[in-house]
Amino acid sequence: MSIIRTPLAGTWSPFDRLAPWRDLLESAFAFTGSVPGVWTPPLDVYEDDEKVTVTVELAGLTKEDFDISLDGDALTISGQRKAATGEKRGESFRSERFFGSFSRTVTLPAAVKADGVTASYQNGLLAVSLPKAEEAKPRKIEVKLN
Amino acid sequence: MSQIIERTGCQPAASRVEYVVPAVNLHHDAEGFTLEAEMPGVAKDGVEVTFEDGRLTLVGRRASADRPGRPVYAESVRRDYRRVFDLDPSVDASAITASVEQGLLTVRLPKAEAAKPRRIAVA
Repeated sequence: MSIIRTPLAGTWSPFDRLAPWRDLLESAFAFTGSVPGVWTPPLDVYEDDEKVTVTVELAGLTKEDFDISLDGDALTISGQRKAATGEKRGESFRSERFFGSFSRTVTLPAAVKADGVTASYQNGLLAVSLPKAEEAKPRKIEVKLN
Repeated sequence: MSQIIERTGCQPAASRVEYVVPAVNLHHDAEGFTLEAEMPGVAKDGVEVTFEDGRLTLVGRRASADRPGRPVYAESVRRDYRRVFDLDPSVDASAITASVEQGLLTVRLPKAEAAKPRRIAVA
């Protein structure tokens, strides 16, 4: 004789039966690829013959709030958005903006010259411009036909 | 075909403009309300703040020349911003001020004098 445990037997926690539903719910949010509370400002990468440009959309910071570093072909843009202290008084009706630290790392599509990197911050748009290394630039090769 | 569209009241997809809803913080204090809307990519001349029939409309149009090359990877939604708020009747519409700095639009909505909190002396 064998003992068959059915999911409805008393030894099972009622919450175990909800597990598939919980997994389904979680999978619906998995596409965001982020843990709640971790903040990922939108990042774009552009490329032309001369340079690679990485932009990050971040409203309301100052130049001093950014930290940009290049390690080989990995560009890291991190920083912090501080909440204005004047907002503390009064009550908050809506709070949709994110504050605190963020960090984005992106692999560059081409080799770049590390000493020629420049960055600008205008209208809430950070743009890091990385000139391509000579070997990464497109070249035209003449083919001689005999 | 166009008659059908007109009759059903639907707009053809080509003429429909889609906007991004900007993230907003709204604070309330004794003197009024402060609204902050995130509109990265929008310069000062691209911002429109209008007040009509008790509704405050915020529109942010992106500066067009911000695409430095061909896109390799994109997360941002490069559309204009728009959001509408129903305002509290206590707001003094003539005293609304707005400023934009690094893509952050800040709108100050002061309360009318009559709506501000007052201490009433007991006789």
